[in-house]
Amino acid sequence: MSQGSKIVIKDFNFYYGAVQALRNINLPIQPNQIFTIFGPARSGKTTLLKSLNRLTDLIFGTNHTGSIFLDGTDIYDSKVDLTHLRRRIGIVFDLPTPLPMSIFDNIAYGPKLSRTNRRNRLNEIVEKALRSAALWEEVKDRLHGSALRLSGGQQQRLCIARILALEPEVLLLDEPCSGLDPISTTSIEETLFQLKKDYTIILAPHNIQQASRVADRAGFFLNGELVEEGPVYQIFTKPRDKRTEDYVTGKFG
Amino acid sequence: MIINRSRYMTQSIAKFLIWMGALSTIAVMILILFQILKEGLPVLHLRFFLDSPKNMGREGGIFSTLIGTMALTGVAIFFGAPLGVGTAVFLREFTRESKISRVIRFGTDCLAGVPSIIFGLFGFVFFVIQLNMGWSILSGGLTLAAMILPTVISTSEESIRAIPPSYREVSYSLGGTKWQTITRVVLPSALPGIFTGILLSIGRSIGETAAVILTAGSSLVMPTSLFSPIRTMSVHFYILAREGISMEMAYGTGAALILLVLMINMMAQWLINRYIRHRT
Ligand SMILES: Nc1ncnc2c1ncn2[C@@H]1O[C@H](COP(=O)(O)OP(=O)(O)OP(=O)(O)O)[C@@H](O)[C@H]1O
Ligand SMILES: [Mg+2]
Repeated sequence: MSQGSKIVIKDFNFYYGAVQALRNINLPIQPNQIFTIFGPARSGKTTLLKSLNRLTDLIFGTNHTGSIFLDGTDIYDSKVDLTHLRRRIGIVFDLPTPLPMSIFDNIAYGPKLSRTNRRNRLNEIVEKALRSAALWEEVKDRLHGSALRLSGGQQQRLCIARILALEPEVLLLDEPCSGLDPISTTSIEETLFQLKKDYTIILAPHNIQQASRVADRAGFFLNGELVEEGPVYQIFTKPRDKRTEDYVTGKFG
Repeated sequence: MIINRSRYMTQSIAKFLIWMGALSTIAVMILILFQILKEGLPVLHLRFFLDSPKNMGREGGIFSTLIGTMALTGVAIFFGAPLGVGTAVFLREFTRESKISRVIRFGTDCLAGVPSIIFGLFGFVFFVIQLNMGWSILSGGLTLAAMILPTVISTSEESIRAIPPSYREVSYSLGGTKWQTITRVVLPSALPGIFTGILLSIGRSIGETAAVILTAGSSLVMPTSLFSPIRTMSVHFYILAREGISMEMAYGTGAALILLVLMINMMAQWLINRYIRHRT
């Protein structure tokens, strides 16, 4: 099952102090697919995504057991270089988070951190990232204007471009379309379709419709548990578990 | 109906009082400025700024005191600002709320309430006598640095606290180290606030007299090194007026002080606005 998987989550439990947010998760994730983790509020989606690139390390008093393997290496191994890990596994948050600097500097922020990039390389990197995130045409004439003046949808695509500039292997997207209008949402979803050729994408959708629209596989989360996972059509049309069925048919949520 | 009317009354009385408050603040400010500038401005010629004081300040200008003021303030900021900003960064980015941070914060809050003359006394005993630095720019500057430290720390801490946590999270998520996150995201975002705190401190340093007399002396001789004693403009103003040497020169010095502070503030405000506009 885990043969050829990009990521394998094994017996993973996560705790915020005494609160257990993830319960015994076992999940392999294949490359070049969009895997969606969906479920009601506070079911542990954000926690799982942030565990995958160890952003949860920043929160005081958290704990975990079990392992997460990226290409066969446990990311919680003490020898793992955190900055390197986070460059390989990029994350986009639920609200757009442009830094208070120019569009160019936002995109160049990550590449500049490693000091290996010359200025003219940077120009290339920025343009390529913005094109991949389908934002280039809209901002190419104002690269040095503030990123805070972009619209919400543009800001979110900027955040995606900012991650792409690092050429990661895995993209984590935490409800990237919450708070966006349908048009921005469509354009982000189209972007994701383009991206899955080159990346492993894990998406927490902002509603079930989005999950069924864009994903290849889906996992249903409830109270920190992975209830079931499988191909999207199966999860949404023939769920095995009663709780999944109740959720996708709108009996609760 | 009656309730409405009494509410309306309260409203208008409150409004009246608030306006009175605001107006009297402005009135007092204008009165002070007017008084000093009316007497002082006629003395202000270019010569006044560029000539050294002669005959204890009865004649000549204020050049050496201008230099003294700038040197002393410069030294104070040079030591006080990095130390204060560093402490604020330590408190906000390197420790969680803990015993150590509470002790440091309690210490700085206490320092903030200590009258400047006590700092002067400390500086005199410690820098001037104990460390044998004599009355000097260095003794005075270090004393002032200690005096402005609480202001710099609390304003810096406040502006670092106001930065959205998501900025830090973004920086880490893009592979930033703690140091990179602090220098590239936290400090640049906090800069306007930090700068404002430093500006306040510059004002306090320029205006201080008691602590300065005790630690930097009141020599009118042009300073030649950090170990020279000096007289600042504020001290000069105080001595001229207090000892009845020359009210005319005192007012002139006062007016020059006001202009200096005004100029620094305007320049700083311009810089801050430009910086903020550039980033948003
Ligand atoms: N920083 C935190 N400290 C303590 N508990 C937390 C923290 N973040 C999340 N939790 C708890 O962990 C559980 C899972 O939360 P999480 O944010 O992962 O859910 P989610 O599925 O992303 O929810 P949502 O759909 O609302 O974004 C919840 O019970 C939540 O209260
Ligand atoms: Mg969430």
